[in-house]
Amino acid sequence: MFNTMTRNVLLTPFLIWAVLFIFVPLICIVWYGVTDYDGNFSLDNMSLIFERGYLAALKLSVELALISTVVCLILAYPLCLILTENRRDNTTIISLLFILPLWMNSLLSTMAWQTILESNGIINQLMRLLDLPTFNMINTQGAIVVGMVYNFLPYMVLPLFISLSKIDKSILEAAQDLGANSWQTFFRVILPLTIPGAVSGITMVFIPALTTFVISALLGGGKLLLIGNIIEQEFTFQYDWHVGCALSVILMIFIVMNMLLTAAFDPLKEEGDG
Amino acid sequence: MKRELIHLENIAKSFGNLLVLDEIDLSIYESEFITLLGPSGCGKTTMLRIIGGFEMPDTGRVLFDGKDITRLPPNRRPINTVFQKYSLFSHMNVEENISFGPKIAGKSADYIRDKVKYALKLVNLEGYEKHDVTRLSGGQQQRIAIARAVVNEPKVLLLDEPLSALDLKLRRNMRRELVGINKETGITFIFVTHDQEEALSMSDRVVVMNQGYIQQVGTPENVYNEPENAFVADFIGDSNIIDGVMVRDKIVRIFGREYPCVDTGFPAECPVDVQIRPEDIKLAAPREGAFNGVVTRVVFWGMSYDINVEADGFEWLIQSTTGRTVGEEVSLHVAPENIQIMSKPQSEDEEVAADV
Repeated sequence: MFNTMTRNVLLTPFLIWAVLFIFVPLICIVWYGVTDYDGNFSLDNMSLIFERGYLAALKLSVELALISTVVCLILAYPLCLILTENRRDNTTIISLLFILPLWMNSLLSTMAWQTILESNGIINQLMRLLDLPTFNMINTQGAIVVGMVYNFLPYMVLPLFISLSKIDKSILEAAQDLGANSWQTFFRVILPLTIPGAVSGITMVFIPALTTFVISALLGGGKLLLIGNIIEQEFTFQYDWHVGCALSVILMIFIVMNMLLTAAFDPLKEEGDG
Repeated sequence: MKRELIHLENIAKSFGNLLVLDEIDLSIYESEFITLLGPSGCGKTTMLRIIGGFEMPDTGRVLFDGKDITRLPPNRRPINTVFQKYSLFSHMNVEENISFGPKIAGKSADYIRDKVKYALKLVNLEGYEKHDVTRLSGGQQQRIAIARAVVNEPKVLLLDEPLSALDLKLRRNMRRELVGINKETGITFIFVTHDQEEALSMSDRVVVMNQGYIQQVGTPENVYNEPENAFVADFIGDSNIIDGVMVRDKIVRIFGREYPCVDTGFPAECPVDVQIRPEDIKLAAPREGAFNGVVTRVVFWGMSYDINVEADGFEWLIQSTTGRTVGEEVSLHVAPENIQIMSKPQSEDEEVAADV
């Protein structure tokens, strides 16, 4: 469309942006991560991951992020199936309801969950009103998962919905015509055809869930430390940029490895139009 | 007559306020090749989908072998479909596509392998087992869609305009092959098309439909030579349709003059539609034939000429193997047996239908 000259000119603003705000900070983080206070090369900060319970925090982060991702998947599939099935009805309104949380400040919505789950929160007040036993919900892993699912569900719904709406209705009718019941149609046709959507949904939920520190701080009450919280504390309380950066680098490497792994599981490298 | 396999009993179907099918009564026989023919929006695809179980009729029943299957879902009917857009599973290769049905049915691996081979042979694509379906041409994809349906050994195969996306030459070959598969397997074929040539050349019987009603059911020769109303006459092949009045048996009045014909049984002085096929009109020297006129247009089609002649204020269409020149004076001659008399539509609804 454009000749090389115009293309380069048009690309320049983004390139400047990318260098200043993505590439340079990244270099800084890596540089801080692999140097000590005197500016000498050192892997001591990196190896700290094996101490001070950092590994346990990483493990817990991965576990909770995985659970949240799976919960999002399980919630999103039926929802998207229903949304695509009744395409002619008021799907815009329904899909709006699920995108709406995206427009709300996530800090605010997480604080709202805090007031819902607290020991004197909305749920427990209701239980008391009905003379039922109250629950201890806040500051548990479950509370963190609820917060993650609430915040990140739209990121699962959107790619899945797009992926599902690309499947022609006649493909599903063909499966049914060939004897498949609804479950067989789902597992043999819908699921394999929507893997690209599911993969991007998984990536878009898993990564922010893995790195969050706001949700775990508010709903975990500072008792359940995720890797995100530890990195945050290194920067804001310990003022130890070297350790914070080292942990960030490790987390980044971990995420990249995860993405490569997910991509390897995607059987539909290119989408056919048949 | 052959054994009745499917019976549609007084079926009606509306989408919202739009009536798509009404008063549908039809018997479909074992092993026959039956075609639902009509313009788009005539309800033929809806009728096919009702037989396949993808739509529920508002009223009426679908009987299969005497049993009511109206409410049976598609996956439990001994019927398979070849969809218009092929609808192959793009995440599976040819073999996996074809074996989808037998696998669901829980057939053994040996049985499936043999059946896939047989089905591929039937559609002339032997050795294509491992091919990627998205890399195949339209014609090949269509064959795989047919193989995928036939491999289940259905009693009935529904084909929803399966040839419409193929080019002319391929379409002709596929027509022959489909008829061959029908004869070889003995599966009843219910074929939907808007292409009258396809319907006439392939079918044992043709069901002509318009605006949700069945207009005529008959053999291809039957619906072509003896259309029951102006719509059928006009839709199938080219026709000259003229307002006429039946004077008495075997005499019809057209443009104020009386002509001999072969139809009987109409009341005296009954208004009728008179149909004359363009190829049944012979051109003669002026005043030799029944109508005198002037050639207004000549189109060469390769095998024949379409010639328009204006006579008695009516624009006649004539097909002839010899050309004429515009402005030439000619006369038209029609043999009595080539004059087809049809009743006028009863209601205004049908009149509208006839104008399509």
